Amino acid sequence: MQGEIEAFLYNDADLLDRWQLKEWFEQFTPDCHYFVPSTDRPDGNPDEDLYFVRDDWFLLSQRVDALLGGTAWAESPQSTTHRMISNVRVEELGNDELEVKANVLVHRSRGSRLDAFPAFLTLLLQRSTHGGFLIRERRAVLAMEELRPHGRLSILI
Amino acid sequence: MAVTESQYIIDDRDTPRFRVHRSALVELDVLEQERRLIFDRSWLFVGHESEVSEPHEFRTRRVGGRPVILTRHSDGSVQVFINSCPHRGMQIESRPEGSGRFLKCFYHGWSFDTEGTLVALPGEDSYGPDFDRHNLCLARPPKLASYRGFIFLAWTDEIADLETYLGGSLDIFDLFADQSDEGMRIIGGTHYYAAKANWKLLAENSFDGYHALTTHHRYLAMLKASGKDMSTVMTRSGGPALAWDLGNGHAVIGGSDGSGAQNTGLGRDLPNQAALDAQVARRDHFAAKYGEDWANRMFAGRNMVVFPNLALVDLVMGITIRTFYPVSPDYMEVTAWSLQPSDDDPVLREMRQENFLTFWGPAGLATPDDIEALERCQEGFKAYEHAPWNDISRGMASGRPNSMDELQMRVFWREWDRRMTGTAHPTEGLAAPRAGRVDWPYPPGRAVAAGAD
Repeated sequence: MQGEIEAFLYNDADLLDRWQLKEWFEQFTPDCHYFVPSTDRPDGNPDEDLYFVRDDWFLLSQRVDALLGGTAWAESPQSTTHRMISNVRVEELGNDELEVKANVLVHRSRGSRLDAFPAFLTLLLQRSTHGGFLIRERRAVLAMEELRPHGRLSILI
Repeated sequence: MAVTESQYIIDDRDTPRFRVHRSALVELDVLEQERRLIFDRSWLFVGHESEVSEPHEFRTRRVGGRPVILTRHSDGSVQVFINSCPHRGMQIESRPEGSGRFLKCFYHGWSFDTEGTLVALPGEDSYGPDFDRHNLCLARPPKLASYRGFIFLAWTDEIADLETYLGGSLDIFDLFADQSDEGMRIIGGTHYYAAKANWKLLAENSFDGYHALTTHHRYLAMLKASGKDMSTVMTRSGGPALAWDLGNGHAVIGGSDGSGAQNTGLGRDLPNQAALDAQVARRDHFAAKYGEDWANRMFAGRNMVVFPNLALVDLVMGITIRTFYPVSPDYMEVTAWSLQPSDDDPVLREMRQENFLTFWGPAGLATPDDIEALERCQEGFKAYEHAPWNDISRGMASGRPNSMDELQMRVFWREWDRRMTGTAHPTEGLAAPRAGRVDWPYPPGRAVAAGAD
């Protein structure tokens, strides 16, 4: 199981680093959510507190389309990203559901700048009937106290 | 008509043309003067009273480059202290927020209550019999005042009172504050971000209607994909929406037609009948309380910049407050909050949460592209000696500047230049100093270029 999940995470990171975002988005279930809390409310509630990202399937699909569409100016031209994944832990929740926790470190390079985005990633996965896994919830908690000097989170974590 | 000019601005009413020299956005000595002539002589936003809703809650932040503690004393009064121990200067509290009856400096153990009084220090005996702890209270900024929950300070005694300073913007503050009978509140969570650009570019950008169609193409594409009637978006947020000079460098762009409760401005449509019913009930309530004209304005969007660095933007279904301070000529720190009615219907709160983040914030579908634009302006300014001028003339010739024009930025820059060089540029027409709920929209003749259509 551990190896299977790690392979899943490595593939996920590879798709993002290669900007294969359509293929990446196919991993999500129709009732999916993608959350990134604000740096000062890492445990915040998305219905009560201010987040950076609280996408449902529609908004995530729009985010993906925009990032590939050429008018997401913050990522047009696309930046170069590089992801490292470690500290992978898997918990089986029953009903073919798993909770996966991992540490990720994403570097984003654009022109002369290189920004690091360390984050705690939590995925709620569902075993797909075709084998493999689908993502029902993706929560990236930035291990940062401010989004400075980065100024933006224009890539996917 | 005439031309008024300084080394930074040529305000030519004959052609007409308004130009800003890019040295104002690049040079270090400009920033040093700005600290002295602008940030040290303005009322600056500290926070909102809802951030310290209970006694002994505190927030720490920098205001005008100086560390302060915002707290509430046990008698309910809002207090702002300089976050520096009177003993040897250490920043007393470093947590962004918290709660405690005492503010304690760990360096030597001095403790202060939430009124700033030194209440305990180790080894007080050593200071002799005449030692008076009351001479060593926490220092305060020279001026502190609030208007309808919005707290401001000034780093000088020599400044007009807050309401005089805010001038015509008081009406706009009312349009925000009136949106709840229980009071507006800043919700938990703060966007601490930044841009590698001059701070004044975000003042311009915060009420720039002109850039929306091109810079925010992907946001508008999302709206269209969501099924929104785009003709509504453009008429509500563009054409009929006007710009007003509110005096003292403050300006606003906004609509006046919030007549339809289904209007969600630049947000997605209300998702269901329950949300629509809740919004209709809200609008009916405020129309009965304040009158139709005021409700129309409340339920239309608006973008205001209070000179020098406070932006309040209401996209109808989501309000942001942001401040932006220069760290260097080409780098600013931005802090943004979400303001909501504290008695909001849960369905509408959900809408506000979603709309806020979809548009704004450093991971929204719009703000990252604004930051990109500002940073690329700053890159372009590196050739400022050879390509020296920004053009901010849009709408000067029309006699009726709307939200797609650039009157609001000229208002900002004229006040900036008055502070920096003493140059008196005539206004293009002031809005009524304070129109209030009864007289809104501004009576013809007193409005900016026939702002009352």
